[in-house]
Amino acid sequence: MSVVAGVRSAGLRIPGVRKLEHSLLVYRRIWRGTFFGTLVSPVLYLSAMGVALGSLVPTMTTFGGVPYLVFLAPGLLAAQAMQTAAQESSWPLFAGFKWNKTFEAMIGTPQGVRDIVLGHLYWLVVRVGLVTGVFLLVAFLFGAVNSPTVILAWPAAILTGVAFGMPMAAWTASRKTEQSFAFVFRFIITPLFLFSGTFFPIEQLPEAVRAFAWLTPLFHGVSLTRSLAIGHDLNLLTLAIHALVLIAVATVGTLIAFRTFKKRLVV
Amino acid sequence: MPTPESIGEPLIHARGLTKKFGDFTAVDAVDFDVAAGEAFGFLGPNGAGKTSTMRMIGAVSPRTGGELTVLGADPDQAGPRIRARLGVVPQSDTLDTELTVLENLIIYGRYFDISYAEARRRATELLEFVQLNDRAKDLVEPLSGGMKRRLTIARSLINEPELLLLDEPTTGLDPQARHLVWDRLYRLKQRGTTLVLTTHYMDEAEQLCDRLVVMDKAKIVAEGSPRALIEKYATREVLELRFPVGVQETLDGKLDGLGDRVEHLPDRVLVYATDGEAAATAVHERGLQPETILVRRSSLEDVFLRLTGRTLVE
Repeated sequence: MSVVAGVRSAGLRIPGVRKLEHSLLVYRRIWRGTFFGTLVSPVLYLSAMGVALGSLVPTMTTFGGVPYLVFLAPGLLAAQAMQTAAQESSWPLFAGFKWNKTFEAMIGTPQGVRDIVLGHLYWLVVRVGLVTGVFLLVAFLFGAVNSPTVILAWPAAILTGVAFGMPMAAWTASRKTEQSFAFVFRFIITPLFLFSGTFFPIEQLPEAVRAFAWLTPLFHGVSLTRSLAIGHDLNLLTLAIHALVLIAVATVGTLIAFRTFKKRLVV
Repeated sequence: MPTPESIGEPLIHARGLTKKFGDFTAVDAVDFDVAAGEAFGFLGPNGAGKTSTMRMIGAVSPRTGGELTVLGADPDQAGPRIRARLGVVPQSDTLDTELTVLENLIIYGRYFDISYAEARRRATELLEFVQLNDRAKDLVEPLSGGMKRRLTIARSLINEPELLLLDEPTTGLDPQARHLVWDRLYRLKQRGTTLVLTTHYMDEAEQLCDRLVVMDKAKIVAEGSPRALIEKYATREVLELRFPVGVQETLDGKLDGLGDRVEHLPDRVLVYATDGEAAATAVHERGLQPETILVRRSSLEDVFLRLTGRTLVE
């Protein structure tokens, strides 16, 4: 016991760090399987949509006066952050509750619900950071990004991911079966991907739908990421509003996750 | 039975401990104490409230009512501090199937804020203890049920717990695997670790427990050492009779007066008697011809049957 006590008193205990260590350890085992997608997906999208389709699209003011490839890349970046985070907060998270029961094991130790929720948040930051980092690198090689402010588009994309990942995690904790995940991806994530400004500005949408797009976090994520990636005429107020919406959604999602995780695990 | 006063504070102290899920009462006002160094058991059929009780002791499930002290503290207030000193073997293994055997132990050690170097040292030692050292680098998934159980036990020991909680440690294991688990638990007990376990196997309770409570329908129905319970609720020996199909229903009263008590089960008749052989002779003298006839020592199963009118594993 003295050893345990000694180790514990030695360092400051940051909630959620052990859960992050667990995720990293698992990732070390499975990263090869995910890395292909991480690298190949941006190459495919940027070459097909950005380069091939983009060569048919004239540089227009609608696209902020930049080539379509440059317009598209940050949109895809934010969308990929969303998809990665939603993915991490669905099946793999659900496994911790139901299939592997990792979380049941965890709460039998000094770790608690708070550690699991925050650990998941940290993991989203790491995982989305990795995916979007690779994406930015590929986009750079494609010549799709060139503004120095693009470095700020990276945290913006990560924030977008967290704004999806945490509400999704809160919801996943309340699921008894995995059946509804496919529904979420088909009817929420994919439509958002298509209509939140990823491929074209939402001004192209009918008025009523446009208002709806304003309510979706992906629109704010795409707008923020795109402004920072293109770097022209930055409007600080607009940027702040987009960022605040994302922060608000991520925070509310995390607070709800504390409740749903507790309800699921502490019975 | 050592009283709490004679050995100082009990490690676990429960009075009127109650757990409800909505309208359903899983644990209904149970009282018990567990002393340091004891092996204490909850014996009962599935659904008796054993697991709910264990989860409350493990400081993962808040109680609905009553008093509970574990290692001198209230689990509602000091959950993490109590859990730091507990070892838990849950009913299902909850191992990380994506990780190796060794990684499972190390990451679990990290949950207790044990340094990587120390966790690795302990993990290696523990794998030796549960005879899994040659599987250290293997993934968990292909391990047999018995191996996974031993790994879960090894994992529960990574923080050198004072109190080890085992929820049905050998359910689903083959006899060989069970004996190996029992042997390891016996060694832990010898080293002074306090064991609290649930089981619906009477032989497990007899092998491992110094003292146990019998639970049925959310309540404790009896308490004592295995020997004392058998002496109190059963006779020294039991005569088991199996009759050809259809015959048992036509016995009406022909076995009356044999031994102290006669119990009719769906598949056999049990005659409780101090002298089983004498009772067997009497059965033949009455002209009855059972298909098989067996005299055995009475067990906790008989105690349970006596107390509840049902067998443990149904």
